[in-house]
Amino acid sequence: MIFTIAARELRSLFLSPLAWAILAVTLFILAYLFLTQIEAFIGLQPRLAAIKGAPGVADIIVAPLLADAAVILLLITPLITMRSISEERRNRTISLLFSAPVSMTEIVIGKYLGILSFFIILLALLALMPLSLLAGTDLDLGKLAAGLLGLTLVVAAFSAIGLYMSSLTEQPTVAAVTTFGLLLLLWIVDWAGTTEAAGSSMLAQLSMLRHYEPLLKGLFNSTDVAYYLLIILLFIGFTIRRMDASRLQH
Amino acid sequence: MSRQALVQVKHLTRYYSQTCAVNDVSFDLARGEVLGFLGPNGAGKSSTMQMISGNLAPGAGQISIAGIDLLEKPKQAKREIGYLPEQPPLYRELTVDEFLRYCARLNRIRRSHIGNAVATAKERTGLGDVGRRLIDNLSKGYQQRVGIAQAIIHNPAVVILDEPTVGLDPLQIREIRALICELGKEHGIILSTHILPEVQATCSRVQIINRGKLVFSDTTAGLESRMNATALIAAFHSAPDLAALQQLAGVERVEPLPGNRVRLHYDDSNPAEALVEQSVAQRWRLHELTPEGRTLEQIFIELTCSEEQYPHSGDSSQ
Ligand SMILES: Nc1ncnc2c1ncn2[C@@H]1O[C@H](COP(=O)(O)OP(=O)(O)O)[C@@H](O)[C@H]1O
Ligand SMILES: [Mg+2]
Repeated sequence: MIFTIAARELRSLFLSPLAWAILAVTLFILAYLFLTQIEAFIGLQPRLAAIKGAPGVADIIVAPLLADAAVILLLITPLITMRSISEERRNRTISLLFSAPVSMTEIVIGKYLGILSFFIILLALLALMPLSLLAGTDLDLGKLAAGLLGLTLVVAAFSAIGLYMSSLTEQPTVAAVTTFGLLLLLWIVDWAGTTEAAGSSMLAQLSMLRHYEPLLKGLFNSTDVAYYLLIILLFIGFTIRRMDASRLQH
Repeated sequence: MSRQALVQVKHLTRYYSQTCAVNDVSFDLARGEVLGFLGPNGAGKSSTMQMISGNLAPGAGQISIAGIDLLEKPKQAKREIGYLPEQPPLYRELTVDEFLRYCARLNRIRRSHIGNAVATAKERTGLGDVGRRLIDNLSKGYQQRVGIAQAIIHNPAVVILDEPTVGLDPLQIREIRALICELGKEHGIILSTHILPEVQATCSRVQIINRGKLVFSDTTAGLESRMNATALIAAFHSAPDLAALQQLAGVERVEPLPGNRVRLHYDDSNPAEALVEQSVAQRWRLHELTPEGRTLEQIFIELTCSEEQYPHSGDSSQ
């Protein structure tokens, strides 16, 4: 049942030109960044060869690429999630789900997985770029895997937040703007933390960026993973509660 | 068995902040019945139907579908419900077939049965040859049919249709009504409308709702008997004395009309026969005799307006 809803969500995304446009533009920008990183690496290579234990392609090409990818995903996630629930509420198609023998949890998780599948496809295409380096260099696959896991967790958390925001309003654009605001806030919340080391370490712990950076360096830390899983569960839970409440208030 | 209640609604109440949209509504629906929910706009028809279909949580009251409590076991109860809201819930970017297949899966029809279920639903709603068209490109009448197909695809015991003929042209209205009558043979149907003749055309039972309250509940036949003639209009070439007419058995009151016509009000026994006999005997030269009844509109207005007047008379008497 969950997969039925997820499949329709994904299909609806691909039936709209918006998703294709986003996919194309994102991949184009990432490919451009990838190529500039390669160029930089080629420029550095003679000097790197002289240093023992110098950073490899994973550090010089892949890590910056994935870091940039996270920022681009922060910009596009609101556009992908904005319509998910708000438009169904506005077009009244949500009653199809409400009068079917399906629980609210199944509806929300189905929609979430549909959105997530879109991003998994995007990430799979993105992963092909660094993987192509395998042909000519000794790419550190461990670091690449850690980075991709980090990026997947980041986008999964973004999607959960976007889905919740979409359940709050009937206006997709409002959902997009509020999602963007919240994501940006969670991304940069540690900027305050860097100056006041002691008092703001709580805020730093909230920052998505802070938990992403170690994974890019290839450091797998269970607290970082737990942080993202917590955000995902929290916002999916919020969404389910919000949808249940919408039947009460209307 | 055939009279087993498919839907039981008890003391259903719903407030929207301060306004009471549905006020202590109770009724039953049996298999093979088409129940018409009649009422002016804003009477609370849609709210009631949303609650029965599980789209809106009731403020108070109980709903059971085929013996299953909707609030306690929503998943099981919803298997037995097909619901077409006021605005058909259609994904316009899908084709009819894709959409119906999705609805079949949502309603937990087994994978191997889906093709069959979609074909049957399309056949019953006359959608046979538009399966590959985009829903967005269909006419309003066909979109409404897709909405109905969606509601019956899982062969539910109860089908709830909220104003299914609104916005259709007369021909489409006739087709949809015929379809509803057809469906009524196998399912229990609840239908809402603010169009009076629609009730006569399709329903076996009528409930009139006004300002959230049920003000009338009877079979369509019962409603029709209320509309039955209570007066005769007669025209004569040589008019008799009004007093002579008053003598006829059953006549309560005689009302002269212009052009040698009279209106004869009566209560129980129809004086038509006596009138004809007397006319022949006394050479009144009767040339026209028409029964006159109350229209459904009149009954409807009586019922819905008297309700409005209640608070007034109550206030003034205090
Ligand atoms: N979402 C809502 N919020 C507030 N009031 C509502 C809402 N929906 C309906 N109402 C009110 O409840 C009453 C009944 O509405 P409804 O059930 O739609 O009537 P009907 O379908 O018979 O036209 C109306 O007075 C309407 O204004
Ligand atoms: Mg209505």
